[in-house]
Amino acid sequence: MEATRDELMTIAAARLLRDRAVCFVGIGLPSAACNLARLTHAPEIVLIYESGTIGAKPLVLPLSIGDAELAETAACVVPLPEVFSFYLQGGRVDVGFLGAAQIDRFGNLNTTVIGDYAHPSIRLPGSGGAPEIAAHAKQIFVVMKATPRSFVERLDFRTSACRPRAVITDFGILSPAPEPFELTLTALFPGVSVEEARAAVGWPLALGKNIDIVPQPTAQEISTLRDLHARTSEAHRRPVELPVS
Amino acid sequence: MPTLSLAEAIARYVPEGASVALEGFTHLIPFAAGHEIIRQKRRGLHLIRMTPDLIYDQMIGMGCARALTFSWGGNPGVGSLHRLRDAVEHGWPQPLALDEHSHAGLAAAFTAGASGLPFGVLRGYLGTDLAAANPNVKSVACPYTGEILATVPAIRPDVTILHAQRADGKGNVAIEGIVGATREAALAAKCVVVTVEEVVDELPPLGNGVLLPHWVVSAVVWCPGGAHPSYALGRYARDNAFYQRWDAISRERESFLAWMERHVLATADHRSFLASLAEAA
Repeated sequence: MEATRDELMTIAAARLLRDRAVCFVGIGLPSAACNLARLTHAPEIVLIYESGTIGAKPLVLPLSIGDAELAETAACVVPLPEVFSFYLQGGRVDVGFLGAAQIDRFGNLNTTVIGDYAHPSIRLPGSGGAPEIAAHAKQIFVVMKATPRSFVERLDFRTSACRPRAVITDFGILSPAPEPFELTLTALFPGVSVEEARAAVGWPLALGKNIDIVPQPTAQEISTLRDLHARTSEAHRRPVELPVS
Repeated sequence: MPTLSLAEAIARYVPEGASVALEGFTHLIPFAAGHEIIRQKRRGLHLIRMTPDLIYDQMIGMGCARALTFSWGGNPGVGSLHRLRDAVEHGWPQPLALDEHSHAGLAAAFTAGASGLPFGVLRGYLGTDLAAANPNVKSVACPYTGEILATVPAIRPDVTILHAQRADGKGNVAIEGIVGATREAALAAKCVVVTVEEVVDELPPLGNGVLLPHWVVSAVVWCPGGAHPSYALGRYARDNAFYQRWDAISRERESFLAWMERHVLATADHRSFLASLAEAA
């Protein structure tokens, strides 16, 4: 089975999560990676979604951060201010997973605007939980596809001051070098060249001391991820019954 | 407790220019109430919600809002809120002043409002441009340690509107499932209007379920299906397919206005709104 780049990213991200870690999960690729980890090597991982669902074990990936699937499978559901105050700010989250529209060479993130804040050319959704996840989770992983427009020399807006432990992207993995923690190329997916990685990044990408080749996904990782996505897209397309009396 | 029609409740509690929080974090979003505000052509509102979601996209696009307090303005799992973007990027149908926060900041602001405190405090906005972009985000030195902490002014909406599964005849309100910041938003507000799936004679003791006691609730409106296309846990599902379709409906002004005309302006109430969706399906 040949994995797509999206699948390689998700699987590489999932492998970074250890069993029993407490993860603050965002929607999209992070949610796919965290649930893949839970369904493969990390069955006791604790997934917290910012809607207040703690210990969620969704059978299909949620479309929104507050789908019923999360509430119905969670160990408990708490008010949202508690998630941010007691769990995140209180230091009870091991791993935060973030994505963004722009990232700079240190890992700071922009999810707010392209252009000027007062007169943006593109208004993006904004902060959500990210600034405080970046500040308070013990480790941050960033997952996002690389283009010179998204991996930029200078952010249009710094939504989250972030020092990720790793950035998983569609050519491989960037990790911080020693002080001042610039992101450098430390791993490539099989068959990807250093030139391809450099062309996808908008700053002069430095190379790590060693550049690993990410091991090929196993058949079990690929089939578990594909089954999860298939269940999910079927569930999200399913027409719901209108609440008409 | 007066049980009002939705039209009466909106007419009474949502005056022109009011600050209004329709809360509910993905779950129990009071769509029916938002649609009634659109039907009554209320203008100049200051809308407050952590996640504007489709309901504020619709209210902003229909010209109800002059200002928005929020912390994440996307279509969850789908992409942009196109009407919100059009208002911010092009001032259509009118300019929209933004009071933008992070989730943690807005949660602290609601909690402060509910607690009768002037501001909320958090270890937040660290190293972000948002602290500079929003003059409401300030800081304070901890009197015990000297640590600099972020502050946000308390939010006290003129009215908070929620949707809930059940209320009893006295106006006690019970919410199950994801509660978001609904309790804080309600207790921070000067008035609280709740639309409900069901009015029962008596609510059983709720344990740790969220209950708004009748003496903090201004009005209860019986409005089954009132959260659709959001959902009510145990009653009906979130219409994820509709959230995905909204991307195309709302992308252009013309298709947006046509949808609003057909399904909201041309329908008399929420029951006929739902019937119009069933007919279009």
